[in-house]
Amino acid sequence: MAISFDEVEVGTELPAQSFPVTRATLVQYAGASGDFNPIHWNEKFALEVGLPDVIAHGMFTMAEAVRVVTDWVGDPGAVVEYGVRFTKPVPVPNDGVGAVIEVTGKVGALLEDRKVRVDLVATSGGQKVLGMSRAVVRLA
Amino acid sequence: MPLDPSFIGRTYPPTAPYEVGREKIREFAVAVGDANPAYADQEAAKALGYPDVIAPPTFPFVITYQAAGQVVADPELGLDFTRVVHGDQKFVYTRPVQAGDRLAVTVSIDNIKSLAGNDVLTVRGEVHDQSGEHVVTSVMTLVARAADEAGE
Repeated sequence: MAISFDEVEVGTELPAQSFPVTRATLVQYAGASGDFNPIHWNEKFALEVGLPDVIAHGMFTMAEAVRVVTDWVGDPGAVVEYGVRFTKPVPVPNDGVGAVIEVTGKVGALLEDRKVRVDLVATSGGQKVLGMSRAVVRLA
Repeated sequence: MPLDPSFIGRTYPPTAPYEVGREKIREFAVAVGDANPAYADQEAAKALGYPDVIAPPTFPFVITYQAAGQVVADPELGLDFTRVVHGDQKFVYTRPVQAGDRLAVTVSIDNIKSLAGNDVLTVRGEVHDQSGEHVVTSVMTLVARAADEAGE
């Protein structure tokens, strides 16, 4: 069932989700995205450039965060605008467990043409990892 | 030395078309763990009104980042890529990317500023399909950290 514009109001909360990320996830994402920066897979290199550990691709985190919106609305093509600021890296320890990206979202504004702005909050390890994370989506 | 602001407004030639394949979309969706059927099942995508499977919202970065390499590697600009981090990213979509698209990217430098010794570069990529129709605009901010702050 597609979400109708008429059913939502400012403050409507989207179902929150948690997304695990391990070293294996990052290797897979590197391959699929073509971003082979060693800070995402080579611990020695990451430490040498002053990072706490291998970190997740910012674009991976951005891809996870919008799933809260696309899973809610059903049609990923209904997203008409999506932007984030990368505020903190997501360190991914090599312990087989990795990290978890937690995402919440709520309707921040109702716009013209049955569009709404969803404000997303993404955290990992208690730290906010995305800032100004917003998607505009057209509802049925 | 700060980047030369006279590069603001510079536009690079359109990239050679990138052909979006169904399997590439599927691979990307699997890599981000996203099981939405619109990415892998043509019938599901058609039910939503698309001619073929569509790509996840952040997929266009694969193409626009590659295209932004023209700026990053421009010897006249002289950006030190080893110090570059991704500051922010925005997409504005006319329609989702779909399998069968042949996408060309026209990259421009929208802004250059210096903040606390860091070079902040705004790079816009306009993505058009084989008919010349607009698909998506990507705007990314790249931050080249000041040399004495390496290892932040």
